[in-house]
Amino acid sequence: MSKPFAITLKPGTSLANLTGTWRTERPVYINRLPPCNNACPAGENIQGWLFHAESGDYEQAWRVLVQDNPLPAVMGRVCYHPCEGACNRGQLDESVGINSVERFLGDEAIKQGWKFDAPATSTGKKVLVVGAGPSGLSAAYHLARKGHRVEIQEAGPLAGGMMRFGIPKYRLPREVLDAEVARILDLGVRLTLNTKVANIEQSMKQGGFDAAFLAVGAHIAKRAFIPAGDAAHIVDAVSVLRSMEGEDKPMLGRRVVVYGGGNTAIDVARTAKRLGATEAIIVYRRTREKMPAHDFEVEEALQEGVMIKWLSTIKQAEEGSLTVEKMVLDDKGVPQPTGEFETMEADSLVLALGQDVDLSLLEGVAGLEISNGTVQVSPDMMTGFPGIFAGGDMVPSERTVTVAVGHGKKAARNIDAWLRGATYQPVAKHEIATFDKLNPWYYSDADKTVRPMLDMIRRQTSFDEVQGGLDETNALFEARRCLSCGNCFECDNCYGVCPDNAVIKLGPGKGFQFNYDYCKGCGLCVAECPCGAIKMVPEET
Amino acid sequence: MLKQTEGSKAVAEAISLCRPEVICAYPISPQTHIVEALGEMVKAGRLTPCEFINVESEFAAMSVAIGASAAGARAYTATASQGLLFMAEAVYNASGLGLPIVMTVANRAIGAPINIWNDHSDSLSQRDSGWMQLFAETNQEAVDLHIQAFRLAEELSMPIMVCMDGFILTHAFERVDIPSQQQVDAYLPPFEPRQVLDPAEPVSIGAMVGPEAFMEVRYLAHAKQMQAIERIPQLAAEFKQAFGRDSGGLIRTYCTEDAETIIIAMGSVLGTIKDTVDEMRLEGHKIGVLGIISYRPFPLAQVRAALINSKRFLVLEKSLAVGMGGIVATDVRMAVTGTGLKGFTAIAGLGGRPITKASLHKLFREAEGEALPPVTFLDLDWEAVNKQLERERQTRRSGPVAENILHDKGIVSAKFG
Amino acid sequence: MGFQPVKFYQTGTFTVGNRLLAPMDRSVQAGQTRSNSINSGHRACQGCGEALGARYAIDAAMAESNNQLIAVNATGCLEVFSTPYPESSWQVPWIHSLFGNAPAVATGVAAAMKVKGKTDVRVVAQGGDGSTTDIGFGCLSGMFERNDDVLYICYDNEAYMNTGVQRSSATPPAARTATTMPVGPEPGNVFGQGKNLPEIAMAHGIPYVATATVADLRDLEYKVRKAMKMHGARYIHLFVPCPLGWGTASSDTILMARLAKESGMFPVFEAEHGEVTGVLKIRRQVPVEEYMKPQKRFAHLFGTHARPDMVARIQAIADRNIRKYGLLEDEGN
Repeated sequence: MSKPFAITLKPGTSLANLTGTWRTERPVYINRLPPCNNACPAGENIQGWLFHAESGDYEQAWRVLVQDNPLPAVMGRVCYHPCEGACNRGQLDESVGINSVERFLGDEAIKQGWKFDAPATSTGKKVLVVGAGPSGLSAAYHLARKGHRVEIQEAGPLAGGMMRFGIPKYRLPREVLDAEVARILDLGVRLTLNTKVANIEQSMKQGGFDAAFLAVGAHIAKRAFIPAGDAAHIVDAVSVLRSMEGEDKPMLGRRVVVYGGGNTAIDVARTAKRLGATEAIIVYRRTREKMPAHDFEVEEALQEGVMIKWLSTIKQAEEGSLTVEKMVLDDKGVPQPTGEFETMEADSLVLALGQDVDLSLLEGVAGLEISNGTVQVSPDMMTGFPGIFAGGDMVPSERTVTVAVGHGKKAARNIDAWLRGATYQPVAKHEIATFDKLNPWYYSDADKTVRPMLDMIRRQTSFDEVQGGLDETNALFEARRCLSCGNCFECDNCYGVCPDNAVIKLGPGKGFQFNYDYCKGCGLCVAECPCGAIKMVPEET
Repeated sequence: MLKQTEGSKAVAEAISLCRPEVICAYPISPQTHIVEALGEMVKAGRLTPCEFINVESEFAAMSVAIGASAAGARAYTATASQGLLFMAEAVYNASGLGLPIVMTVANRAIGAPINIWNDHSDSLSQRDSGWMQLFAETNQEAVDLHIQAFRLAEELSMPIMVCMDGFILTHAFERVDIPSQQQVDAYLPPFEPRQVLDPAEPVSIGAMVGPEAFMEVRYLAHAKQMQAIERIPQLAAEFKQAFGRDSGGLIRTYCTEDAETIIIAMGSVLGTIKDTVDEMRLEGHKIGVLGIISYRPFPLAQVRAALINSKRFLVLEKSLAVGMGGIVATDVRMAVTGTGLKGFTAIAGLGGRPITKASLHKLFREAEGEALPPVTFLDLDWEAVNKQLERERQTRRSGPVAENILHDKGIVSAKFG
Repeated sequence: MGFQPVKFYQTGTFTVGNRLLAPMDRSVQAGQTRSNSINSGHRACQGCGEALGARYAIDAAMAESNNQLIAVNATGCLEVFSTPYPESSWQVPWIHSLFGNAPAVATGVAAAMKVKGKTDVRVVAQGGDGSTTDIGFGCLSGMFERNDDVLYICYDNEAYMNTGVQRSSATPPAARTATTMPVGPEPGNVFGQGKNLPEIAMAHGIPYVATATVADLRDLEYKVRKAMKMHGARYIHLFVPCPLGWGTASSDTILMARLAKESGMFPVFEAEHGEVTGVLKIRRQVPVEEYMKPQKRFAHLFGTHARPDMVARIQAIADRNIRKYGLLEDEGN
């Protein structure tokens, strides 16, 4: 059919008009660093694993998770989740329950028996890991996955370090820990228990190790000088918690006073309560606001009947009683004595004043720098002695399981590079996906899922786990609260809102592509991207 | 089949035989009887399949026809006078888009002053709209022209107005031969559009065309009308073969072979003119008649050929180019450019003013004697006009013209004056 | 019952797509095979709300009609930027006739389809607010009254943009246009009583009337698809911000539509046979100022010669809309 000239046109022929020439700025797809990932001491790709959890693919989510952290079920219980503190959703309603989803994935992995991917081909290199705590296990795991032969030498009778001997069962059931440790060992990591490394250089030489990662932790309780009568029953928190793992439970009496303000003080007070103490009282020299222990732990302890005596120091311990001095905070927030004293009844006093590192294995090693009781390491986690790396509580840093796991991963990467005669080059961090980069309109309203808590009677009388996990439904719900900050989650907004059809949808999992032939550079895709994964950049002149 | 019937009804019958698929109806005298009749046929199920749509204005009528035609339906509407003007924008659009709509114009004067009676001002106001305009002399011809119009319009993809004098034809009862459906079907094939809105083969109709192609589009419209100059006589010849009568064509001559004076006109007035000419012929006057059927396209060559052997011509037209004179006359003069023929213009019958044989006898004789001014206003009441002109010279607020004239003539409102 | 949003799948139905939804619950626009009724290469301004709205609407109509669709277009931006000779952006059969006759042309197309028995082919007419509320209003009303089988979509950007931003009867009070300049004691457009086309459409008792914005794609698609399931005259009034005419950033087009809805300036609802049957509630209410301030057409109401009195009058209009249509979630819900 010969159409009338000019007034009748063939369809879709405007493709001949390349409107991309109008553009002064172009949109580009980018990845920004989600604040959760940025805050994670273990360097987890939280947004990355939540992405898979959102669609219910928990195994894939778990696999992404364990690329960074081999202990998700442990993490989901003991991590203080700085990720949630950084979560952008916190500015919208409440942060995503990352920790609870992590625990769900960890538990699901144990339940389903998911195994780690087999290690890469063997490198023929041998690495000694000293200490089977979180840092050592993490390093061993990452090194094993990179194809190195790893042996962990552990002084204690069981693996886990402070996860076993510091954290009470009601926070971390041991079967969970055992399962995750076993899975690491399944990678071919050799674990030698009850083997204290006395001299690292010697041990390395003997075992033919090419490198070593030291992660012996900090197990020596700090003492404070408290004048005490001979009959005064004074013990340290590390010993109390450690003895919980043995046959003989510690004898603390009916009135137990714990001295200190950290998480360990809380743990031991709550343990004392469960062991039958009628009164478990924490004596702390400052106020609740100043207390280093995490507030939710303080809250749980208070719920369970633990009492806390604020602004108090213990001056004297006698059999059955303590002398306590009241303190006041000066204008700098430092507690100052008041000269007011009082007496407290106490069957035992538990000191929870922090821990020191047993550095005896490093004696005589050349080039090491010890400062404030910790080993100094360079940014690549190597000590002053080439080939010996260190991490966890024995190096200067915050002492948490998650930090330790992060050290293990970081050390493993550097060890791996060092073994290959190279230097590990970390991938440059993307700019952070701050809240202002998001368009939060698009996220559904959804309040945070509350995790179930054990009933109070059992919390006070048993070592059953206090905090429950999420079931599949609410774990999925919680995962879907993720805003996917800075990373495309295929919401199709850019594809939809482009008035010029200049976004090409490549298909599920493949993302999108700009068609710069037609993109006029209006910026709608950037403005309407919920997660801040597109930005405008000036066109080159 | 011969029928004694009203012109409008006859035309409605003819339209029905053309199997229109969409009819848009809006009342305006003197066209209304046509769409009324069609509406009844559709409602009764005698004309089917057909969508009869009562629209809210003539603008909508033409617009609905545009949509229907563009979607491949044979579309028809009818209008007159103010209605044609009200749809003017759409009239131009239909031709611009090349949509073969057929529309009856029951010719009527344009106000103000409002006037429902016949003249050709309405059609001629759309002279340059790109529509073809065929003028019927009789109701029989009106019937026949509609049948030919659909055929021509669809062949060329251009719309056509079939013009018939309001009241004089539309409301006149005459004997009309209504063809059979078989005859019409044989003559008029189903509508095969040149372009059509069809999901199977999408097109974009009605593009914005800039200086780079606009002139070509206009020229192509002109070229189509030039093609019509060829096709109209052929279609009339075919029509004669099929229906057995002369109808349509570009022009029709009467007693022109030896005529020294030729009277030129369009529409029903040709009947009165022929009667007058017959009488004058009996008296030995060498006078003839040239009827123009196809006003657009205007058959310049045919008109020239018809006039070339005469000595003078008089265009008698029911239209006035205010400030200039004749409208049809201008075209005729163009046709005889360089022939040296003497031409006169008579403006007659505006607003339904009767054109009497007596007046024509006088006028034609004056034309023969070349005693006419270039433009004559037939039967103009000079006394009334002059009085008003005088009043206006004297008084700024001289009052409404029409009322004044009626008053002067002692008609109607005189008793209230 | 109006559009039923998916309450929680991360982004629910707020975003264009959602990989977590079952494929059948996804939007037309999210599909890789959407018809792109208006193709790339059209000459709309950057960030054009009308170009976007038209693709949203016509693609949805295409999907619902199984691609058996004919579109009629009034003169205006959409027509001009989509079909300048020799290129057309349209991928659907499309006709442009005049500024004021799109509804009637569509009636003609629908009549042709009916008479030819092509009952599967559906007709959509579209025009801007000028052609809809002003020059084409007569034809629109006629089409409604006859209940012709046409879905008419008005792309409302609140002025005659194609001719250079002149006032239409859809222009809001106080707004600057080329014919309502921000000078004198009553700057900008007059505070008239307005011309509520959706309500006028409802007064015709036609089967379906709905309002929608380019900020709520899923609601819009739901309404277009619902309208396409019906026969008779249907009207959708689609709010499409115009960066050029309003003086907003090209990237703010959707934001402006969202704020218009969230402030109550543009009530989003649907009605059947003249009765309101559904309302899209305000999700995060904002004062009209938040909607107006980014727009240069209202700039004279803020700043050095601020006119809080006029802003208050506009807020009163929004408040009235909120009351009238019940745009807020019920207390306690």
